[in-house]
Amino acid sequence: MLPARTGWARIAIFLIAISGWLSPGWAQELQPVPPLAARVTDLTATLDAIQIKGLDDKLAALEQSKGSQVAFLMVATTLPEDITSYANRVANAWKIGRKGVGDGVLLVVAKDDRKVRIEVAKTLEGAIPDLAARQIIDEAITPNFRAGNYAAGLQAAADQITARINGEALPEPARRPSGNSAGSGAGFNWFDLAIFLFFAVPIAGAALRGILGRKLGALVTGGGVGAIAMFVTSSLVIGGIAAVVALLFALLSGGLGGLGSRRGSGGWGAGPFIGGMGGMGSGGGWSGGGGGGGFSSGGGGDFGGGGASGDW
Amino acid sequence: MTRWLLILFTAFGLSGCGYNDFQRLDEQTKSAWSEVLNQYQRRADLVPNIVATVKGEANFEQETLTKVVEARAKATSVQVTPETLNNPAAFQKFQQAQGELSGALSRLLVVSERYPDLKANQGFRDLRVQLEGTENRITVARNRYIQTVQEYNVLTRSFPNNLTAMVFNYEPKATFAVANEAQISAPPQVDFGKAK
Repeated sequence: MLPARTGWARIAIFLIAISGWLSPGWAQELQPVPPLAARVTDLTATLDAIQIKGLDDKLAALEQSKGSQVAFLMVATTLPEDITSYANRVANAWKIGRKGVGDGVLLVVAKDDRKVRIEVAKTLEGAIPDLAARQIIDEAITPNFRAGNYAAGLQAAADQITARINGEALPEPARRPSGNSAGSGAGFNWFDLAIFLFFAVPIAGAALRGILGRKLGALVTGGGVGAIAMFVTSSLVIGGIAAVVALLFALLSGGLGGLGSRRGSGGWGAGPFIGGMGGMGSGGGWSGGGGGGGFSSGGGGDFGGGGASGDW
Repeated sequence: MTRWLLILFTAFGLSGCGYNDFQRLDEQTKSAWSEVLNQYQRRADLVPNIVATVKGEANFEQETLTKVVEARAKATSVQVTPETLNNPAAFQKFQQAQGELSGALSRLLVVSERYPDLKANQGFRDLRVQLEGTENRITVARNRYIQTVQEYNVLTRSFPNNLTAMVFNYEPKATFAVANEAQISAPPQVDFGKAK
């Protein structure tokens, strides 16, 4: 009995150790990954608003025409890590680059360390090989930075990166009518919602009817569907319509399928269906909505350590 | 009827005991390992170019150069199969050979600092950038491998999956360790007074 118990204790300690190791306590010593809110993130307050806007416009134009996402990050220092591993950590946390394409570039400047790194996602390693990245650093960034001209260096780097990416055959960017990303987002959700409800209403309706009885079950189904529809589309009218349709559907199908055997088979079917639906819901375009006009990562970038570093 | 129930139960039981997780993570470690090998191969392919460039430099330290060539030959001669992952001794050997090549290459780069002509040589500078990029990729690939193996090993050792692992003989996989652990953990001796 004793050895078994120590075995358990060991497992418990092991698990606690692992969880402790993974918790933020471990990450405290490293520089935190800053949140991704814009294409140009300056944590050192080196660039003024106009310079940031200029850079942002350049990178936005590239994303518009080519689809690739390029982000700049300026930090004071990356210590205790070297800039290579810090840049890789940030890049893989941000995952800039389109989903399914993964074309992203991250330029990190550690101002006080006087170090700079261009981190290239795997997709773009052909367009910007290590040597090209080094060349961009040597030609565009280093001379300007030495002169203390950070904005000019970054502008030149943005130009060269753009030129490099423009020479690469990449999938066309999704043509969105400019200015109404919210509209296209809603359209995407419509489709998801329709599929979701197509499966969810019969199953949930049947389950709720079984538990609560026919009328109450139909009422709850209708209310639930209405709430979900309202939450997703944020429109009271659509929510109301969906609720009424679901209510009628649940009532009618309840009237037709009152037999015990049918209900039984419905119960069998519900397990895998609900499981499948969970996956579908989480895979849906909730996060891909594009945000409120700001910049959001495509989430496809995979950074395998490509790129180059330099100092000035 | 009972047979069907039994099959159903086994199917659910296996997925409940993490059988599918084992398969998924096993494949993940394999692909992560392939990426590690891939990047090591990339480095090995780069070495002859570096050696050729350095040889062009008159009276370059022969010993350093020979060590690089030897280390590369040794590293590429280590046979690596998927079974290497489950064989700690072979894994150790592979790691040691690659570590020697890393050491020889970094010594070469340090020594090259003493040759201004070589440092100014554009071809050599390009190769240095490529080597640096490759070393970075190796680091990333190794990190990802370590993470995947960690996930796999935690699965192997935690309850109730350890029972599944016992039944199917799944062993924890080998992972990278620092070769000179004792050397690193010892604090460096700094003595400015006696240095001459």
